[in-house]
Amino acid sequence: MATGGFKPKNKAVRWFDERLPIFSLLHGSLGAGYPAPRNLNYFWNFGSLAGLMLVVQLVTGIVLAMHYTPTAAGAFDSVEHIMRDVNYGWLIRYIHANGASMFFIVVFIHIFRGLYYGSYKAPREILWMLGVVILLLMMATAFMGYVLPWGQMSFWGATVITNLFSAIPVVGDHIVTLLWGGFSVDEPTLKRFFSLHYLLPFVITGVVILHIWALHIPGSNNPLGIDVKGPQDQVPFHPYYTAKDALGVGVFLIFFGLFVFYMPNVLGHADNYIPADPLVTPPHIVPEWYFLPFYAILRAVPDKLGGVLLMFAAVGLLFAVPWLDTSKVRSAVFRPTFKLFFWLLVVDCIVLGVVGANPPEGAWILVGRLATAWYFIHFLLVLPLLGKIEKTRPLPASISEAVIKKDTGARPSATPAE
Amino acid sequence: MKKTSSLVLGLLAACALAGTTFAAGGTPEPKKVDFSFDGPFGTFDRASVQRGFQVYREVCASCHGAKYLAFRNLLDVGYSEDMAKAIAAEYQITDGPDDFGDMFERPGKLSDYQPDPFPNDNAARASNGGAMPPDLSVVVKAREGGAPYIYSLLVGYDEPPVDEELRAGQYWNTYFDGHKIAMPQPLYDDMVDYADGTAATVEQMSHDVTTFLAWLAEPAMEDRKKMGLGFMLFMSVFVVLLYLTNKRIWRRVKDGYSPLVDKE
Repeated sequence: MATGGFKPKNKAVRWFDERLPIFSLLHGSLGAGYPAPRNLNYFWNFGSLAGLMLVVQLVTGIVLAMHYTPTAAGAFDSVEHIMRDVNYGWLIRYIHANGASMFFIVVFIHIFRGLYYGSYKAPREILWMLGVVILLLMMATAFMGYVLPWGQMSFWGATVITNLFSAIPVVGDHIVTLLWGGFSVDEPTLKRFFSLHYLLPFVITGVVILHIWALHIPGSNNPLGIDVKGPQDQVPFHPYYTAKDALGVGVFLIFFGLFVFYMPNVLGHADNYIPADPLVTPPHIVPEWYFLPFYAILRAVPDKLGGVLLMFAAVGLLFAVPWLDTSKVRSAVFRPTFKLFFWLLVVDCIVLGVVGANPPEGAWILVGRLATAWYFIHFLLVLPLLGKIEKTRPLPASISEAVIKKDTGARPSATPAE
Repeated sequence: MKKTSSLVLGLLAACALAGTTFAAGGTPEPKKVDFSFDGPFGTFDRASVQRGFQVYREVCASCHGAKYLAFRNLLDVGYSEDMAKAIAAEYQITDGPDDFGDMFERPGKLSDYQPDPFPNDNAARASNGGAMPPDLSVVVKAREGGAPYIYSLLVGYDEPPVDEELRAGQYWNTYFDGHKIAMPQPLYDDMVDYADGTAATVEQMSHDVTTFLAWLAEPAMEDRKKMGLGFMLFMSVFVVLLYLTNKRIWRRVKDGYSPLVDKE
């Protein structure tokens, strides 16, 4: 973080900054003091959008918690109270409920962007791994949040998912009892989930700070995947990327608003508007859409423990991606074969999602197994081997050369003018 | 990465597919019905909500509660304060304890909620052959298929096919999952007298009561759509400004200018 040399113009601000350099910190991390590659495309907007969604979820969540009752008898009623009697409660709740989906959409695109442009490769391995930690924390947080309205899908989703831990040998049953706070999903479960659902976002915030810190050491990767060679390859973050991020936020908010204002329940399940009933099992217990690919992997294995292990391996695998990919070239732009496999992986994940949404019968079982197998083949076989045998395209000498030579007549800014 | 949108679209398609698969099965899709509250500008037809409330009160409410319906809510769908108070006063509400520690009955007030027809779930089951009539407050949101499904269910009663046998307390409904429903056909022609002279056919009453239940499930819908319109109009202008700002800021860099190297 290049904070050195920043002198605020305002005297009072300067006085403060000399004692606590918070303005220097901002200047060096989001301001004009942070140089970023000049060629970032719109896929680099999704990091700031994820940050935005974290803040949106925190703010709306804190307000919801003021009106919510974490008891088995009161939870469902308090949610309806929020929807009906709290001023703009419907708005806050719909932003929060759909916000979870938006957060995952944004983060999934952010992750796939990292996979496409090789953003996980040296020297950004820690940055990438912190991102995987954030993903895991988000999944835990979202799962516990979905339990809070105490509808049918809340209750049965919690039952199914917490039961998975019972597959672990020896300690499994103890873990489940600990998660439940008893011998079935009941009020103690709801209360600890509420407490943890409130806590984890702050843990996420902490890891996000580390994630941004780790980002600022090497700086952003870029679509060409080559290192920055000098200041001619860069622009200051402010105003260039603040303006671009602001545009991204604007477009994204329209997309978000379509859900909040016009189809607020389309991403949820109707069953969750039925109060939780331990005696009635819904015909299809299905997790939220963002868990469907993992759910498909879980069910692809006929053995319970095997399924659980494979599901956790699907995420855990991501930690090893920086070392599984053996190619020296970062960006898929210069890796024609990798590019094909990348899109195959995207399709594979979508197929897994569709499989996860369908009952495990007939052809879905086979499709689910094939798609699961491919997911692991991609990371464990394709990535290591491809790096060794793929013939990559020649890399440009520098970002500025690659970007600026496209426009004929433009002066090469590598030579300092004036 | 031009296939970028395919990623977003793919994710969306996955959700859409995930959504539709639930409706699959042996039961037909709900009928296509037009409701006043459909679409981005839809509102609740006040007259229909009021007729639907009448159907609910005179027919459904003998078995089904609507515990989130407060009488004050009626003011939002075109009832005058006097009318809403008069409706509330028709109900006897248990209040108390009074200064002597006794519970007492009094006429309902605007702040009261619609009382449940049964004192508890067991009483409700005992009176309904073991089946629990669900509370209808959010039923439109709690059923896959929403309002069209509720409408279809109400008009979907039929004789069972010859090869199907119904036990006592079972009825045949085309749109119910599994077809065998514990609720007898609730609506018959001219069951209620509409004050505005509308003919009380089964279809009309079903349509009205569905409109009422849709309002009850989502009373803030009109506010939501209205705010959504304002939000969309504002954002579309704002995004154009953001686009122009961004374009202008980047113009010289696009032409090859390097702000960190080239001095002004």
